[in-house]
Amino acid sequence: MIEFSRLTKRFGAVDVLRGVDLRIVRGRVTGIVGPNGAGKTTLIKLLLGLSHATSGDILVDGRRLDGDESYRAHIGYMPQSPRLPMQLTARELFGMLDDLRGSAGHADDTLIDAFALRPHLDKPLGVLSGGTRQKVNACLAMFYRPSLLVLDEPTAGLDPLSSAMLKDTVLAMRAEGTTVLVTSHIMSELEELCDDVAFLLDGVVRYAGPVAELTAMTRQANLERAVAALMIREVA
Amino acid sequence: MIRLILKLVRMQARDALRSRWIAVYAGFFLMLSEGVLRFSDGDAKAVVSLGTATLMVVPLATLVLATIYVYNARDFTELLLAQPIRRSSLFAGLYLGLALPMAAAFVAGVGIPFLARGGGDPAQRGAIVTLIVLGAVLTFVFTALAFCIAHWADDRLRGLGVALGVWLLAALLYDGVVLLAVAVFADYPIERPLLALTFANPIDLARVLLLLRLDIAALMGYTGAVFNRFFGSAAGSAIAATALALWIGAPVAIGARQFRRKDF
Repeated sequence: MIEFSRLTKRFGAVDVLRGVDLRIVRGRVTGIVGPNGAGKTTLIKLLLGLSHATSGDILVDGRRLDGDESYRAHIGYMPQSPRLPMQLTARELFGMLDDLRGSAGHADDTLIDAFALRPHLDKPLGVLSGGTRQKVNACLAMFYRPSLLVLDEPTAGLDPLSSAMLKDTVLAMRAEGTTVLVTSHIMSELEELCDDVAFLLDGVVRYAGPVAELTAMTRQANLERAVAALMIREVA
Repeated sequence: MIRLILKLVRMQARDALRSRWIAVYAGFFLMLSEGVLRFSDGDAKAVVSLGTATLMVVPLATLVLATIYVYNARDFTELLLAQPIRRSSLFAGLYLGLALPMAAAFVAGVGIPFLARGGGDPAQRGAIVTLIVLGAVLTFVFTALAFCIAHWADDRLRGLGVALGVWLLAALLYDGVVLLAVAVFADYPIERPLLALTFANPIDLARVLLLLRLDIAALMGYTGAVFNRFFGSAAGSAIAATALALWIGAPVAIGARQFRRKDF
């Protein structure tokens, strides 16, 4: 369980998050939606400790994040567009993370095959296409069987086959009990993946709950229309 | 924690060593050192020429390359920050992972031509070693300053501009200001204030330490004598070494603090 409590984040004169209260339920896939600049990525970065909150708390399994980095051992993070060290090969990068995490566990071979990465393992990352690098990125996030998987626009740049593969893997991990937090602008994708959705607007959570409840509440046929209806209502 | 830092250093250093620019950097000093040794009249003069180039090029190249490196590594830094790694360890790993290969490239570039000649003129060996050590020290100083600049300025162009400004100030303008002060206060006993001013700029400090090693101080008149007496004493050497260590330690401490507090 992840709990954001009265979370605020200010960058200079701009309040990006203005008191976020949100509970992410364990073992479910939660999508964070909202227009550009709503604070989705900032929320993720605060959870990962990449940014520091101005005020408020984040609790992971009841433990307040206070600068201790050990909780991140259980988090897999797939950033939107990673710039990986271009001189290194994927094999070396995987080896490095294994080494850094100090886990005897190693790169999950099934993921390498699932993303058809084996022919590219020994090429420098700099010569790989953007989509292939995104697959390397996906593997890095999922290798260590995290209990929390954080995906920021995960399918951007992926071909349809890899995108489908990624979604299947996410759902399989959910079935094994992994909690997943995902942001995306592709509502159909979120509808396919998510149990819950949190709608963020102007740094505040305007709706949090099951996808089905949101569509019923807004009397819309799908998530995209439900979110659009919510936006129109909030802006009006 | 130390083991983790060593892992990070190895990882970053491997990445840096494979990139072309570090080979170009080492190649530049190799050609310069070889050329100067081949065409100068004696090793003392070679060390003076190499010293002049070192004091200009090492700070400039280090500031520019390290600033670009920090900006280029930013996304990868985020990836590493999402791992269960303490920020201070990551900072140490990133800093040493760049400063060590750059210092090694400088040492190898300047040192190999001397080694190929059996270590050079034995009378100048102290000066040669001083030159190499000072070049390496300046690499650590300016890498740390570049880390401070790049973590302070989110905008790449602004960061590079500030880095170039710092180089201009330390390598060129500072001397102009000191010369102006000397000219204006020529009638006053300014040797001691000058000594103090030397400590305020790592390039000047390195220059004075190198020149004193070459016994050129005799040509510098009374000021040279004052400098020679001060740096020649045990206390003076200790103070100079402490000052250089501070020039590394202070920006590293400031950079590490910035890195701990930074929002990525």
